[in-house]
Amino acid sequence: MAEEETAAMSAGKVPKKLIENGIRNDGRKPEDLRSLKITVGVLKKAAGSALIEWGKNRILAGVYGPREVFPKHNMNPNKAIINCRYAMVPFSSLEEHGRFGPNRRAIEIGKVAKHVFENAILTEQFPKTMIDINIEVLQSDGGTRVAGIVAASLALADAGIPMRDIPCGVSVGKVDGVLVADLDKTEDNLGQSDMPVIFSPRNGDILLFQMDGMLTKKQVMDGIELARVASAKVHELQIEALATKYGAAAAGEDDLQETA
Amino acid sequence: MITDEVKQAYVLDLMKKNTRTDGRGMLDYRQITVEKNVYENCEGSAMAQVGDTKVIAGLKLDVATPFGDRPNQGVIMFNAEFSPIAHPEFCAGPPDERSIELARVVDRGIRSAECIDLGKLFLEEGKVLGVFVDLFIIDHSGNLTDAAYLASMAALRNAKVPKYEDGKLVREERKDALPIARDVLSCTFEKVADTILLDAREEEEVSSSGRVTLASCGDDMLCASQKSGRAGFSSAEFDKMIDITLSKRKELLKYI
Repeated sequence: MAEEETAAMSAGKVPKKLIENGIRNDGRKPEDLRSLKITVGVLKKAAGSALIEWGKNRILAGVYGPREVFPKHNMNPNKAIINCRYAMVPFSSLEEHGRFGPNRRAIEIGKVAKHVFENAILTEQFPKTMIDINIEVLQSDGGTRVAGIVAASLALADAGIPMRDIPCGVSVGKVDGVLVADLDKTEDNLGQSDMPVIFSPRNGDILLFQMDGMLTKKQVMDGIELARVASAKVHELQIEALATKYGAAAAGEDDLQETA
Repeated sequence: MITDEVKQAYVLDLMKKNTRTDGRGMLDYRQITVEKNVYENCEGSAMAQVGDTKVIAGLKLDVATPFGDRPNQGVIMFNAEFSPIAHPEFCAGPPDERSIELARVVDRGIRSAECIDLGKLFLEEGKVLGVFVDLFIIDHSGNLTDAAYLASMAALRNAKVPKYEDGKLVREERKDALPIARDVLSCTFEKVADTILLDAREEEEVSSSGRVTLASCGDDMLCASQKSGRAGFSSAEFDKMIDITLSKRKELLKYI
């Protein structure tokens, strides 16, 4: 969120207004998503994987497991434990060179992402095991945590790990006083508020929710609804991506419900 | 842990009878006390006690280098330490994800609300005042987040800025308060057996499936939030938690 500063900002190349006549800098309306493409099954060794290309974001998700727990004392005799690592590669941002591995921000994101998958995965089916979910941001463009989780959800499906549903979401925020969906990097940095939200599509529950900036109650609640509508579009694209790899019948949610 | 399962069974059993382990209402706080200026050496300090939970916020001021893109603004940094003295499950070593989360959630609220006017922390070209708030857990009996917000805010409100002379702070001569614009306070909710509780005790946290922290900063504004844990929360639940957060704010404000 606020820590990701833009080079454009320091170079003074940022447009004065981020929204003019209801249209955003890149031509989108407030509710529009950036271009979004997900490819399932991009890694050879991982049990499941996905690459998400969302705006300029390029994020890889790879899943290993269920496998033997290491270190052993973390083992749960009743269910699988979920490990989730989110990290950005050192060359991923427009700004200065970073470092490999998770920093404090990334550790926090890994924790809240883990909670999303603890909700979705039927962990009780795999006692005494662990499932490792790795999210690596190769290029960042705002909204990397939701993009990473959207990709990792498909990587888990690709790995054949049983889930209650496929979590989806989007970041919403207040930019130039207007609530907008799917903030890009500039909007994220210069906007007044950022609110990443992940939903459980089957019941609309909120699985991840973070917020910064100052908002009224109405803005928070309107933001959640804006995120809900935008997330439904993301979810359609998730299903399409699975259909591309496994065929429509395997990926179609209706078919899943009929057999349930 | 087997003890956790025992605690869980106890809490869930009581929840069925619509009661809590200490008999409180679902949306009541335990007794809160906030002691200000508990230490003399640091420029600000406070100890917040929420029931048996005790959190110290120690505030140090140093001469710092500003960030390149904000050369005239002071810097503020939060850290949290879960020392093994506070709880049997806390281990020595590098900060774990819980302490990082706590420090970042407090940081998010204070920063978002522009609680401190960072522009007033400018000292001279290339030098600004750095505000370092360290959260040290003395006793963990649940709801560290709200205790941490109370302690941080009380420390910020009561800090004294040393005189700045020849590029150094003269720590013996302290006078001015920090430029505080707003008070930020949080309410943390836990979902236990589909019921939403405010200010959970430790055994209630162990029994909880999910947590939501909401921070408010005055004039009915919210300035930070964090959802944790595997449980999902509906929009209606958020609606209710926001209302409670905004109404409990008045009660919390009197402690800082």
